[in-house]
Amino acid sequence: MKRRKKKRGLQDTSKMFYLFISPWIVGFCVFTFFPMIFSFVTSFTNWSGLDFPTKFGFDNYRQIFTADNSFWTALKNTFYYVGVSVPLNTAVSVGLAMLLNKRLPGTNFFRAVFYLPTICTGVALYIAWMYLYNGDTGFINVLLAKIGIEGPRWLTSYTMAMPSIILMDMFACGTSMTIVLAGLQDIPSTYYEAAELDGANALRKFRHITFPMLSPVIFFNVLMAIIKGVQIFTQPYVMTEGGPARATFVYGLYLYNTAFSYVKFGYASALAWILFAILIIVSLIIFGTSKFWVFYREDVN
Amino acid sequence: MRKHKISNITAEIVLIFIAFLFLLPTLWMFCTSLKAPEQITKFKELLPNPVTIRSYIQGFAGGDFLRYIGNTVFIGLACVVGTVSSCSLVAFGFAKFKAKGKNILFMVLLSTMMVPQTVTLIPAYMLYSKLGWINTYIPLALPAFFATSTFNVFLLRQFFAGLPNELAEAGRIDGCSWLQIFARIYIPNTKPALLVVTINQLVFVWNDYMAPLIYLGKPEKFTIALGLNMFKAQYGGAMDVGPLMAMACLTVAPLLILYICFQKYFVEGIAASGIKG
Repeated sequence: MKRRKKKRGLQDTSKMFYLFISPWIVGFCVFTFFPMIFSFVTSFTNWSGLDFPTKFGFDNYRQIFTADNSFWTALKNTFYYVGVSVPLNTAVSVGLAMLLNKRLPGTNFFRAVFYLPTICTGVALYIAWMYLYNGDTGFINVLLAKIGIEGPRWLTSYTMAMPSIILMDMFACGTSMTIVLAGLQDIPSTYYEAAELDGANALRKFRHITFPMLSPVIFFNVLMAIIKGVQIFTQPYVMTEGGPARATFVYGLYLYNTAFSYVKFGYASALAWILFAILIIVSLIIFGTSKFWVFYREDVN
Repeated sequence: MRKHKISNITAEIVLIFIAFLFLLPTLWMFCTSLKAPEQITKFKELLPNPVTIRSYIQGFAGGDFLRYIGNTVFIGLACVVGTVSSCSLVAFGFAKFKAKGKNILFMVLLSTMMVPQTVTLIPAYMLYSKLGWINTYIPLALPAFFATSTFNVFLLRQFFAGLPNELAEAGRIDGCSWLQIFARIYIPNTKPALLVVTINQLVFVWNDYMAPLIYLGKPEKFTIALGLNMFKAQYGGAMDVGPLMAMACLTVAPLLILYICFQKYFVEGIAASGIKG
């Protein structure tokens, strides 16, 4: 009797499961799965969105890899952004979280302030940064002049434009900072006490306790930051339009221009799929390295 | 002990300095919006002297900002209704039912986070354009009704999973349907998480740029982000950036108010998702 009831209960929940998740199944098919297939097929055509495509084949991909300077520039700039921004933001968020975790007076206030730019990461703040970065009248250079430093030209300099955007985005590290802080609060204080008894200094405590304990959190943050980073678009679109001399011409801008300014849908789809493939490869590499530096507590047992 | 004290004082000074850096852009924006044109062109000082609200008056006269705010609030509310209802249903499904294929489907759900927006953008654009939905808010709000916000589903699933199954069993014994159990027993216990999702969604819509840029072409349909950038294109070249900064402040103000009122939930949302390891 009991067994029969249990079996019926299971069947019951299985039907209910699919009923409850049905909005997602519909949404996944309509907004993700079918568009993905459609764009994959489109990427092998010269479709412009209007007429039926006249060519099928690997032309787009061949051209992108062999004869498209914009592609390589955009890819290089995006790698530059992600390659500097992700480690920098990770380091800053860990540093800030460790400072906050000391629970000094005013910690709640500081935490609120550090999270503030994360919420306001919109056009408004990008515009404000544009004026702050102005080489002659910008407030950053005014402040630097006060301590005797001649500030760079920031967004209008070929070498400084990308670092300027990276620096600005560094202030939007609130989410990962909060995740790291939650992770720090999970580390039992006995670990540190034991280490202190053994005479470990601050650096060793970080290397042998804090970092291993935080590694799953850092792993998650890095992965999320990369996914977000390769898609960067609004900052250069609003602040530099990819300039000067294409120094901030990132992949997102190139894709947007190809699709919506030049209306080359087939070509843009191929670009999008290449980006997706790169993202998957990079993620797999990071997953592959994770066993060397990500430490899960379950591993001990 | 003394060494400890010194390091704490150093840390406090470092914190104050960093906090100043984090506040500076917003502070500068706000101060500039309150300056007179003569002071702005001198550009050397931070604090406004004298304080004037003329930038706000000029800003409102130069752009239709109340309309942009109204449009954005409308999209935001539609997205909130859609996300909260669809994501909580789906999350409940993943958290509380046993079914074949559940784990695989959950992996599929999580892996959609990896798909760049641009991969699905062109087909979606073509679909909406065929349906005549360009220059409407449907492309911006409709996906929200189908649990497309993966992170919010994940967050709510974690929250539901943390609530005891006994609640559902008690409901079954009392003869409730699963929908009743979900709506009457679990949802009232999920309010903090739902508030987190609401805030996430509002902030996302408020700051979103690419989707409105693609789907909205008529200025009277613009969201606040598009409106502000258009205002910048028109007036940004002028030496007097006061009106532009005033409108930038206006754009940020609702977010700041939301943040100050619900600060706890901004932080809790992240902790509640349990990604901390």
